[in-house]
Amino acid sequence: MDAIILQILNGLDKGSAYALIALGLTLIFGTLGVVNFAHGALFMLGAFCAVTLSRLLQLSHEVVDDTRTDFLGNPLTVDVPYVYDIFGESAGAAIIDWAVPLAILFAIPIMILIGVVMERGLIKHFYKRPHADQILVTFGLAIVLQEVIKYFYGANPIPTPAPSAFVGSFDFGAVLGFDPGSIVYPYWRLIYFFFAAIVIAAVFAFLQFTTFGMVVRAGMADRETVTLLGIDIDKRFTIMFGLAAAVAGLAGVMYTPINSPNYHMGMDFLVLSFVVVVVGGMGSLPGAVLAGFLLGIIEAFASMSEVLEILPGINQIVIYLVAIIVLLTRPRGLMGRKGVMED
Amino acid sequence: MTKGNFTRRGVLRTGAAAGTGLAAPTIFTGAVWADAHTGFTNAPQGDTVTLGFNVPQSGPYADEGADELRAFELAVEHLNGEGDGGMLSTFSEQNLDGTGIMGKRVEFVTGDTQTKSDAARASARSMIERDGAIMVSGGSSSGVAVAVQALCQEAGIIFMAGLTHANDTTGKDKRANGFRHFFNSYMSGAALAPILAAQYGNDRKAYHLTADYNWGYTTEQAVRESTEALGWETVNTVLTPLTQTDFSSYITPVLQSDADILVLNHYGGNMVNSLTNAVQFGLRDRQVNGKQFEIVVPLYSELMARGAGQNIAGILGSQNWDWKLENQLGDRYSGTNAFVQSFGTKYGFPPSQAAHTCYVQTLLYADAVQRAGSFNPCAVVEALEGFEFDGLGNGPTLYRAEDHQCFKDVVVVRGKENPENEFDLVEIVEVTPVDQVTYAPDHPQFAGGSLGECNPGA
Repeated sequence: MDAIILQILNGLDKGSAYALIALGLTLIFGTLGVVNFAHGALFMLGAFCAVTLSRLLQLSHEVVDDTRTDFLGNPLTVDVPYVYDIFGESAGAAIIDWAVPLAILFAIPIMILIGVVMERGLIKHFYKRPHADQILVTFGLAIVLQEVIKYFYGANPIPTPAPSAFVGSFDFGAVLGFDPGSIVYPYWRLIYFFFAAIVIAAVFAFLQFTTFGMVVRAGMADRETVTLLGIDIDKRFTIMFGLAAAVAGLAGVMYTPINSPNYHMGMDFLVLSFVVVVVGGMGSLPGAVLAGFLLGIIEAFASMSEVLEILPGINQIVIYLVAIIVLLTRPRGLMGRKGVMED
Repeated sequence: MTKGNFTRRGVLRTGAAAGTGLAAPTIFTGAVWADAHTGFTNAPQGDTVTLGFNVPQSGPYADEGADELRAFELAVEHLNGEGDGGMLSTFSEQNLDGTGIMGKRVEFVTGDTQTKSDAARASARSMIERDGAIMVSGGSSSGVAVAVQALCQEAGIIFMAGLTHANDTTGKDKRANGFRHFFNSYMSGAALAPILAAQYGNDRKAYHLTADYNWGYTTEQAVRESTEALGWETVNTVLTPLTQTDFSSYITPVLQSDADILVLNHYGGNMVNSLTNAVQFGLRDRQVNGKQFEIVVPLYSELMARGAGQNIAGILGSQNWDWKLENQLGDRYSGTNAFVQSFGTKYGFPPSQAAHTCYVQTLLYADAVQRAGSFNPCAVVEALEGFEFDGLGNGPTLYRAEDHQCFKDVVVVRGKENPENEFDLVEIVEVTPVDQVTYAPDHPQFAGGSLGECNPGA
């Protein structure tokens, strides 16, 4: 039983990342009709917003410590962060420690800006082109963004830890009446799940309960009619692209303590996220979220050693297997709408 | 009917030719090779010689490749008499005097392996065919090393492997034209096992997570066999996809098992992520079977350790070399400080073990040519086979003739609890003497291959 609970937690955790990325992908596809293969790169850029803020907070001036030597035997040069000078050592250290949560605030405007520039500068020229062209150009853009990040940050993963208050694990075993220590789960992964749930809820609330959201939904349903009513739907869709970029970016920011970010992390999620979108149903926001969590949980269970003993390697193909089964039985995906990608 | 046409001169000429032919296997020494500057691939013309450095310049190991390239550039500088000379002054063979190789100035070209076998072969081929490289070196993965080694064998070029740790490089995939200075999976297992037993006890239950490719298999086998021989029990071995980034699904079953040791047979990004995930799940804080749970990473890399950050604290692993060796363990590891001084002065930080092995391989090749008196690959092979040397940072070392593998001490390290800077990530726990990591050439973990004949190409 405890193994099952642990894999459900793993699935929800994985599903959080899938759902957040797939949500952004679906927002872009649903509004602009663009298949955005650069969406994984936006996730990666978000993660590097956290890395950048962490580095900015650690900007230092050098102080020579004559009592110690460096690896060449010269007096040791110690880096003292400017935030220590400004806020004092303990407050400065706390600010650096909280770099990842602070990066949420840092990343939102940057990611919206990146999204808007991307849409206005490149994507809008491909609205009327076939999906194959859109895939090629956005995939190319993803590679360019990756290489730019690699140029500035290198290829090696960069550790970006969670605040020390959140290091460690929560003991579900003790709370649920199992053996203490039998079901432990890292605090940060639990935070990631709740963060994802809040972001998803916020996006749905924004679309459901605001006038802006209503217009966007109307535009997603019938773009032509909304335009004929005199509404500049293109402008709103551009903002939606920025919003989708911000959602992907936030997913990336919060993911940095889970796995040290590197320039390639977006690609690792991209294909899976597209499968999630297809399984959920092209253009369906609830479908993307549902499929994200569902596939996350299925993948987690497929990685159990008991399952692998019976079906070796199933963990590597299970998501695609589920996608095939779903598409064979429900060609529009779990919650797909009629008419989307069917022309 | 036959007609005899023997003449005195004819008999003498035939006799001389036959005698030379019969004697050839035994007289292929420096003096004879010295006359042989033709008849092999890319025989250097003019007053320069070109070396090919094939390293990952893109892809996930690009940082490691960049460090290798720094070391190669430094080695070329030193061979050409520039800089402070580095290990030339500590090398037990004093054949290299800063005048290039056999008086020819050393030039180099670079290729990008992308850590993909096909890309690595393409870039090596380009360096050999277009740029005239006489030797190819570098690389950061065993898949690439095996592929490029086979190519060099076909082309008649010497391959001085960079960072490659799988047994197969000098096991079933060994080639006469290929040489490995770096240690291997077997050596990691043999070096680590006694120290693991000493540190954690003989009654331990190990759970292996293994990267699902050749290097992972050989490393798991080596560590498993070595630790089981000392009394450890292997409770489970699970293969993880090479593309895996989140290892939580593989870590949680470890919590459910009664294992008290987790061995991560991972390298690169896999290692960074699996170790980070294992620490996040509190494995290092667990008590199982009344013992402290421990994590082991058989192959350490400074760059990977940097990626894992604080998560490596207290984790045991093995290395081919460490930049602190001479300072901490004395003159046996002479050459280390000279190299660190050169590298640190030029680049501002200490070299990685990948950089070290590439630097050393370049010097070893140059020295072999110098001793052989020829660039002919077969002369170089002969000069390197059974070659014993010292002063290159690893202590007394042998390039074994039977498999072209270097035998030397292996460094066992542990992630530092409180690193003083980003380069001071590991501490040396112990050095396992070469005798304990030496194995027979026909050891089962290396079975199935043969060096074959050296190929001079052309």
